[in-house]
Amino acid sequence: MKNTIKLGLSVLSVLSALMFAQHALANAAVHLDKAPIDASNHESLQRGARTFVNNCLNCHSANYMRYNRLLAIGLTEKQIKDNLLFAGEKVGDTMKVAINPEEAKKWFGVAPPDLSVEVRARGADWVYSYMRAFYRDETSTTGWGNCVFDPVSCKVSMPHVLYQLQGEQIMNHETHQLELSKPGKLAPAEYDALVGDLTNFLAFMAEPAKQQRNHLGWIVLLFLAVLLVLAYKLKKAYWKDIH
Amino acid sequence: MTNKTNTDKKSVVANALGQGLEWVDARFPLSSNIKAHLTEYYAPKNFNFWYFFGSLSLLVLVLQILTGIFLTMHYKPDAMLAFASVEYIMRDVPWGWLIRYMHSTGASMFFVVVYLHMFRGIIYGSYRNPRELIWLFGVGIFLCLMGEAFFGYLLPWGQMSYWGAQVIVNLFSAIPFVGPDVSEWLRGDYLVSDATLNRFFAFHVIALPFVLVGLVAAHIIALHEVGSNNPDGIEIKKLKDKKTGIPLDGIPFHPYYTVKDIVGVVVFLMVFSTIIFFAPEMGGYFLEANNFVPANPLVTPAHIAPVWYFTPYYSILRAVPPFPGVGFLGIPPSLFPGVAAMGLSVLIFALLPWLDKSPVKSIRYRGRLYKQWLAAFVVSFIVLGYLGTEPSNVWGQFGPWLGNAERATVAARIFMLVYFAFFILMPWYSKKDKTLAVPERVTG
Repeated sequence: MKNTIKLGLSVLSVLSALMFAQHALANAAVHLDKAPIDASNHESLQRGARTFVNNCLNCHSANYMRYNRLLAIGLTEKQIKDNLLFAGEKVGDTMKVAINPEEAKKWFGVAPPDLSVEVRARGADWVYSYMRAFYRDETSTTGWGNCVFDPVSCKVSMPHVLYQLQGEQIMNHETHQLELSKPGKLAPAEYDALVGDLTNFLAFMAEPAKQQRNHLGWIVLLFLAVLLVLAYKLKKAYWKDIH
Repeated sequence: MTNKTNTDKKSVVANALGQGLEWVDARFPLSSNIKAHLTEYYAPKNFNFWYFFGSLSLLVLVLQILTGIFLTMHYKPDAMLAFASVEYIMRDVPWGWLIRYMHSTGASMFFVVVYLHMFRGIIYGSYRNPRELIWLFGVGIFLCLMGEAFFGYLLPWGQMSYWGAQVIVNLFSAIPFVGPDVSEWLRGDYLVSDATLNRFFAFHVIALPFVLVGLVAAHIIALHEVGSNNPDGIEIKKLKDKKTGIPLDGIPFHPYYTVKDIVGVVVFLMVFSTIIFFAPEMGGYFLEANNFVPANPLVTPAHIAPVWYFTPYYSILRAVPPFPGVGFLGIPPSLFPGVAAMGLSVLIFALLPWLDKSPVKSIRYRGRLYKQWLAAFVVSFIVLGYLGTEPSNVWGQFGPWLGNAERATVAARIFMLVYFAFFILMPWYSKKDKTLAVPERVTG
C-alpha cells in the first residue's frame, strides 16, 4: 500500500510540474484586466444600460433581452420608456436593431454579433479589456487595431465607437504598451469606470436570473443541511441494532 | 374515551387499506414485489461509501427524465430556433433557468456517479461470477448514457454543439466500408444541419431513454436475482440462518438501506445544488463558453474539445497515429486505428469478468501487484481525461532529439498503453498477485 501511495504521489508531482509549465505558456498570450463586476450595484448597472442602449444597440442586437428586465436593476417602467425606447418599441419587446445583417456585413466584413450572452461566451474580463484596448492603426480598414480581439494580427472589424470618450491610443511598438496620444472627453480613470459599468451590465444581461440563482442557492443549501441532520439521525436510529 | 375513538378510526382506515391491498394483490403482484425487491431483499450489512452511487445514478436518471420533459415543452428542435429557444427557457420561462441548469448539471453528474459506481464494481470485483450479466447490462447503460450525452449536447445548437457533433460523426466515416454511409445516416445530410438536429432530438428524447430505462430495469432485476456483492467480495448467501433462511450478514434493503441512501441523496443534492446555484458552468467543464455562441457552419472554433466525461477516450483517439495508407495498393490513409482504439477503450470494460483471474474479488484481499496496476489505471484515466480537454500542443514540444514531438501527445500515448495494459495484462497479474485469506463473514 505504501508503495502505491508513493507511486501515486510521484506521478502527481510530475503532472503538477507539467501543468505549471502550461500555465506559464497560457499567460504569455494576452493579458486581461479584471472587470469590476458587481451585480448588486444597481447604479452601475443602470449607467451601463444607458451606455449600451446609446452606443452599442445601434449595430449590436440583444435579441434575448427584454427591456422590462431592467425593472430588476431598479428602473421603473416610465424611466425605461422615457430614456431607453426611441423607436416605438414596447417595454416587453426584446432589444432588436434595425441594421440589416447583409448590409452590415458589407460595411464591416462581418455582421455585428448579438450581445445577449456575449459575456458568457467571452468572459467579463475579456469584454472589459477589449473595450479599452483600441488603438490607432492606419494599416487596418477601419483605422483601428485591437490586440485583445486577435492577439496574433491585432486586427478588428469593429471601429472604436467610444473614441470620443476615451480619446485615441497608439501602440508603442518597442514596449508593446498602449499610450494615450489624444485625450478624449473622459479622463482615463473615468473611461475605465464607464467601460466597467458597461461590462457589469453586459454580465447582468447575459444571465438575468443570476442574482436570484445565488440567493436561492443559500436557502436550498440551508434546507438541505437541516434535512441532512434529520436524515442522519433517522439512519442512526434505524441502524442502532445492526453490528 | 377519545383514545378509544381514535383507535377505532385507525383500525377502520387500516382495514380499508388492507382490503384495498388484497384487491390489488389478487390482480397484480404488488405485495410480493415489494417484498422481493425491498422489505425482504437482503443486502449485505457492510455497504460503505462506495455503495451510494447505484441509488444516486437512479436518482439522477429520474431527475434527467423529469427536467427533460419540461425542457421539451419549450425547446424547439429547429436550426433557426434552437439556440434562441434555450435562451427563452433561461429567461422567459418561469423557473426555466433552474430546470435547464438541473438538466445540464445532471448530465455531468450522471457521469460522475456512474464512474464512481463503476469504480466500486472494479475495486470490489462486483463483475465477477455470478454477476457478469449485471456488469454487462451496466456497460450497456454506460454506452447508452454516452449516446444520450452526445445527442443531447447538439440540442443547444451552440458552436461546441455543432462542431463537436461534426467531429464525432465524421469519426464514424473512418470505419472501413460502411463508415461513410453510417455517418451520412446519422447526420441525415452531408454536414451537420437542421436534419441532424431533428433526428438527434428524436434519439435523445425517445429512442435512447427507452433503451436506458429498459437496461436499468434489467440491471436491477439481475442484481436482485443473485444478490449484492459487498466490500469483502464474499457471498453472504453461503451462510444462512437455519430457521429463517435469511443470510446471516444480510439486512432487509428497506428500511435499512432506504434510510441510509436518503443520507447519501441529501449529501449528493448539496453538491448538486452548489453547482447549479453557484457555478453552473463549472469553469467551462459542464457548460463550455463557446457554446454561448450560436452554431456557425462557416466558422470553425480554434479548439474543439468534448465535454470532460468523453475526454479520456478522445485523448486515446488523438494519441493513435493515423494509418498512412498503401499507395501502390490503392489503400487510402485512414483515421480508423484511432477510432478503433477509442471504441475499444470503452468496450473493453465489458471483458472484465473474464479478464480477472484472481482467486479473490475484493481489493481488500488482493496483493500489491494488483493495487499498483489499478493505481496506474486511475492515474492514466485522469491524465488522459485532462489532456483531452486541452489542445495537443498544451505542454509544448520536445527538442529536435525527439523529432520535435508534442509532449502531450507522447504522454497520451504512454498513458494509453497503461490504460490498455491494465485490461490486457489482467489475466496475468491478477493470477500472479499474492492474495490474502478471505474471511467467512463480512467485516465492518
